[in-house]
Amino acid sequence: MVQINFVDHKGETRTVDADVGSTVMEAAIRNAIPGIEAECGGACACATCHVYVDEAWREKVGDPTPMEEDMLDFGYDVRPSSRLSCQIKIVEELDGLTVMTPERQA
Amino acid sequence: MTEPIKTDVLIIGAGPCGLFAVFELGLLDMRAHVVDILDRPGGQCAELYPEKPIYDIPGIPLVTGQELTDALMEQIKPFHPTFHLGEMIESLEKTGDPGFRATTDAGKVFEAKVVVIAAGGGSFQPKRPPVPGIEAYEGTSVHYAVRRMEDFRGRDVLIVGGGDSALDWTLNLHPLAKRITLVHRRDDFRAAPHSVEQMRALVADGRMDLKIGQITELQGEGGKLAGATIKGGDGTVAQIACDAMLPFFGLTMKLGPVANWGIDLENNLILVDTAAFETSVPGIFAIGDINTYPGKLKLILSGFHEGALMAQKAHRYVFPDKRLVFQYTTSSTNLQKKLGVA
Repeated sequence: MVQINFVDHKGETRTVDADVGSTVMEAAIRNAIPGIEAECGGACACATCHVYVDEAWREKVGDPTPMEEDMLDFGYDVRPSSRLSCQIKIVEELDGLTVMTPERQA
Repeated sequence: MTEPIKTDVLIIGAGPCGLFAVFELGLLDMRAHVVDILDRPGGQCAELYPEKPIYDIPGIPLVTGQELTDALMEQIKPFHPTFHLGEMIESLEKTGDPGFRATTDAGKVFEAKVVVIAAGGGSFQPKRPPVPGIEAYEGTSVHYAVRRMEDFRGRDVLIVGGGDSALDWTLNLHPLAKRITLVHRRDDFRAAPHSVEQMRALVADGRMDLKIGQITELQGEGGKLAGATIKGGDGTVAQIACDAMLPFFGLTMKLGPVANWGIDLENNLILVDTAAFETSVPGIFAIGDINTYPGKLKLILSGFHEGALMAQKAHRYVFPDKRLVFQYTTSSTNLQKKLGVA
């Protein structure tokens, strides 16, 4: 079990427990985090679980795969730190990870 | 006016549940026509995750969305369903007791005794890009598809996206338009490499523009677009003059016209009973992801079950005078004849 921090666009932080092996999107949905829609259910087939990874965590989280980059084309206000949270697998090293949810999803 | 197509059952949606409904209806001698807005059967299985594995189809440990679609198409072959692809049912009216008249966006008319809505998350429609105020220009300056190329002759066209639609229309409209500007978030394209090369050649020759960035704002008046603001990846902001815009941001699912058919809904889903998966309008059924009832799970296997029970009730409408005898495909020669195996 690790902890993930979701910061919404107004700056409010919500901290949730997440299982290793699940995804950041699943942790968000399970805890009803506002700002994550996950329309396609985690198939990397929409861009409605878009998050910005906190600068301090970007190296550990890594870059999106080419397929995820393609999907990010459909996102709103995509930045260099953008990821689709359904594609971030939770590992022990990500304990304490902070991601920001965008003002809106695509 | 085209001659109406008469059918026992009209199935709206060619996803896994719509396809399996053909099978269950066919076993009970009901003929079906299937309409889907996509250009191929399979629904979300084919559109969203053709290559992704599905692990929860009973008896099949692993199957991809495309494989499941192909297997269902094979399974329903004996019942000769007629497909109407690339069309959407726009209106549905009650004409009998039960009896319905349905019209597609292409003007095709169906007369069916029973209608089965198996439309999943709704119809796939072009996604509206997340640009504030874009609605005001839709239909006048902003278009999600090209109906007539001539409409773009002599115009300053802004095309947005990095997939095949964006690149194809860039190349196709280039000879007609006054100027084409292609806008994409990054200098990497999903589209076919050949199209990308052609586009880059036009840019190198100065015959069109390519801007890397995201549209943040539109300018114009009374639905007439005059310009767009583009924020580059490096934070720079640029202004582009344009009087037409074609955004290609993929597809999304919308409930669509179903909402106007007088059927009771709850949270954009169709309310059904759990004995026959019939809606508030007798003779209209809803199966699969689009329906809701206490305990509903959006699983393909649930949709299959719903289709089987739906067919039992549909039989009463299509053949009011025939008694329905429950039979197994394993042992019934009658059913096996229909399947072409006996």
